[in-house]
Amino acid sequence: MNMALNASIHRKEAWDKVCGRAKYADDLPAADHLCARLLTSTRAHARILGIDTAGASALPGVKAVLTGEDCDLLFGPLLQDRYALARGVARYAGEPVAMVVAVDEPAAEAAARRIAIEYEDLPPLLTPSQAMLPNAAPIHEKLADYKRVVSDVRPEPGTNVAARHRVRKGDAKAAFARCAAVIEKRFFLPPSDHLAMEVRAARAEIAADGNVLVTTCSQAPYTVKKQLAEAFKIEAGMITVRVPFVGGGFGGKAPVTLEILAYLASKSVGGRPVRLTIPREQDMASFPCRMGLEATVRLGADENGMLQAAEMEFLVDCGAYTDISPNMAKAIAADCTGPYRVENLSCDALCVYTNHTYATSFRSFSHDSYTFCVERALDALANRLGFDPLELRLKNAVRPGDFTPTGVPATPELTGDVSRCIEEVKRLSCWDGGRPLSLGGSKVRAKGVSCFWKSANPPTNAVSGAFVTFNSDGSVNLLTGVVEMGSGGHTQLAQILAEKLKLDPAQVHVVAHVDTRVAPEHWKTVASLTGYMAGNAVLRAADDLIAQLKRTGAEALGCAEAEIEVADGRVYSIKEPERFMLLKAVAQGYQTPGGASVGEPALGRGGYMLKGLSMLDPATGKGRTSPQWTPGAQVVEVEADLEACTYRVITACCVLDVGKVVNPAATRAMIAGGMSMGVSLATREAYEYDENGSPRAPNLRTYKLLHIGQEPEYRVDFVETPDPTAPCGARPYTEHGIIGIPAALANALSAAFGCALDGLPLRPEAIRRAIGGAP
Amino acid sequence: MVRYEGKTVLRLRVNGEEREVLARPSDVLMDVLRDQLGLTGAKPGCRNGDCGACTIVVDGWPNKSCLMLAVEAEGHDIVTVEGLGGMSAEQRAFVEADAFQCGYCTSGFLMVCHAMLTQHPQMPEELVIEEWLQSNLCRCTCYAEIREAVLRMYGTGKSS
Repeated sequence: MNMALNASIHRKEAWDKVCGRAKYADDLPAADHLCARLLTSTRAHARILGIDTAGASALPGVKAVLTGEDCDLLFGPLLQDRYALARGVARYAGEPVAMVVAVDEPAAEAAARRIAIEYEDLPPLLTPSQAMLPNAAPIHEKLADYKRVVSDVRPEPGTNVAARHRVRKGDAKAAFARCAAVIEKRFFLPPSDHLAMEVRAARAEIAADGNVLVTTCSQAPYTVKKQLAEAFKIEAGMITVRVPFVGGGFGGKAPVTLEILAYLASKSVGGRPVRLTIPREQDMASFPCRMGLEATVRLGADENGMLQAAEMEFLVDCGAYTDISPNMAKAIAADCTGPYRVENLSCDALCVYTNHTYATSFRSFSHDSYTFCVERALDALANRLGFDPLELRLKNAVRPGDFTPTGVPATPELTGDVSRCIEEVKRLSCWDGGRPLSLGGSKVRAKGVSCFWKSANPPTNAVSGAFVTFNSDGSVNLLTGVVEMGSGGHTQLAQILAEKLKLDPAQVHVVAHVDTRVAPEHWKTVASLTGYMAGNAVLRAADDLIAQLKRTGAEALGCAEAEIEVADGRVYSIKEPERFMLLKAVAQGYQTPGGASVGEPALGRGGYMLKGLSMLDPATGKGRTSPQWTPGAQVVEVEADLEACTYRVITACCVLDVGKVVNPAATRAMIAGGMSMGVSLATREAYEYDENGSPRAPNLRTYKLLHIGQEPEYRVDFVETPDPTAPCGARPYTEHGIIGIPAALANALSAAFGCALDGLPLRPEAIRRAIGGAP
Repeated sequence: MVRYEGKTVLRLRVNGEEREVLARPSDVLMDVLRDQLGLTGAKPGCRNGDCGACTIVVDGWPNKSCLMLAVEAEGHDIVTVEGLGGMSAEQRAFVEADAFQCGYCTSGFLMVCHAMLTQHPQMPEELVIEEWLQSNLCRCTCYAEIREAVLRMYGTGKSS
């Protein structure tokens, strides 16, 4: 084995990031750019009776004022239900209503303040269950007319249901009748924010010949190109999307949002370059957030604790527009049981409109949310039956021969080793049965466990690609469409390439920024699929490169191609290794000592397309959405004060079946980072709305994130069950640290306080309410 | 007392160099550093003093450049991440400890560490370190790597 795998190398872009040289979208020079600013709705649900822009247009320096009347196109990746600027109706507080383009920011801001909007309030619907009531007015009156971009989104006109996914397996009703214990629980999880440290920003310009240049902080530059091309009837080849470093995405930068507005802004001023920036407050209230969820989970088990039946209803609060939420409902349906054998199952996962800020993908694509519900219900079941909650999970863990909710047969290669994850986390956390330990006085310590699995929901035809070229020193340049937003994709791909070419990873240079006219398409940098999809493309590019080197090498050495080996910077015949040529002497075509030229420059290219995935059957959910599953188990330990209703998170443990560890330090850091996000989310984060549906103070002063000094000790360990279809056998892992943390924390606190904590966030006032005290 | 009206030429001492910028009395230092001097290491994460991504060092102390007016900076010694040189103890420690992922908060954390090293040449106790670093937020890491970087900066980390 080469030195590239199982090596904790530093990030490729490390020195750029510590020197302030790493450029993010809004760091690029903008002296020639006009400035665009947005005016957003102050009402959660209102008819827009009129917008007076005269005062704004008259101000000096103002170049254009746009409203919904200036663009009648509808946008949306799955269901086209959203205008770029609200037309006729504003459906959430924070919805962009008008946009000003001016010579500089002070002029744009002053003009935005001079726009007068007349609203007529409509009753807001602020929870999915409220929006599901029979008398609830549909938030989208023209739901039937919206274009469905994909065939498996089926909105239900006349209601607020934007999509519905069903899973039916066995006979849940009959199975419940046989159960010794049945648990039913209701859950309410509020929306929250991605809170990437970099606020979203985008720029656009349109050249005289019609070429469009967009610079943005997107996780999905190729989707930006595609959506702009389709919506505005521009040939896709005329559009270039550039993405420099991205300051955190977590799914929040996957949808196409600011790019559309920046394009419209540039178009309104004759194609001049326009820079659209938004304050943090708009980033939170106006642009998509993490979904809320309401759920009912019913589980039944026999007297031995074996799960017999499950019945579940999930109402995804997608907010005012669908964006990618129908797919998150699908993701819930596909994995709804968690990594357990449940043969009798009925699950409905609905995507429901409300007058909240619309939602989009968030780290783990809904798995953190439904896992919370299932894992809380499992603890309740363990309590009822008198079982150790960890042992109950181990008994029911998915094993070879079982099936996923959508009927995919579980195998170690496909679904990993859930049981070993549970056994290893038991050891790592010093699990002691799950009973709270009194520390004297009002203090107790308690642990909670949660298992999880995650699969992906890419389009069945998602693609990736890679190009590799040589430098004169024999080092290589790697070019992909993968965005570097912190998830370490570039470094992982460099290691995969170095391993295959038998080079030192330091000899792999990665093109840091994405330019859609230069780099081959990579579907999106989402779903933890970079290592899998782009990794497979990189392997193919390496194979292509090696084949070319062998061809040139064989010709130069006068032997068969099959005898040629490429390793350690050399090209040689395995029969006569002492007769070698330096890789750098062959890479650009070989020149013999006599001056004759042999072969040609080696240029590696690799394309990859997902295979074997299918749509889910609308009636039963049967089908397969993901190349593989990654399972894991987590334990959180708390120290609680039973009188004060306060607590500290002491330790958080995670064991993940990552298939194969490529970079131990980076993998550990990525998983612990996800766990940290889970601790922050579960302990404090939520969007809070007033009775009119306006978010209260969407800013970092009141929306607190975990800061240093509040964090637990993190323990991370791995199980390695290789996925034979993945580069080096590595399973997706980048999002996963977050998934079970909210559930494990709620289980620990429920054990500590002797109550049922079935909501988030787990603030002291919520605990006080749950134990029956005054809030 | 100096009185500023309209756009004024300010003389700022930034990273050891005398620089001239043109600023209104209401312009915040962060925007002037970024837009006029190209020092984009200071990041506008919130423009409200909550995230710390814009932290710079003024006369040896950390300062949120989004909360400081450019006119207030005259006569003071300003250091930004670009002024750390590239091989400083802070920068090396952050690279060796892998103390960042997306990198957006990194300049701010580095500048807090730079000031801490100035004010506490010997490593202070853990609670003091936590107090110093609580002014800044990181959304990617679990903070363990940043703690490790601080230890390395003081020469007490794992293998340093």
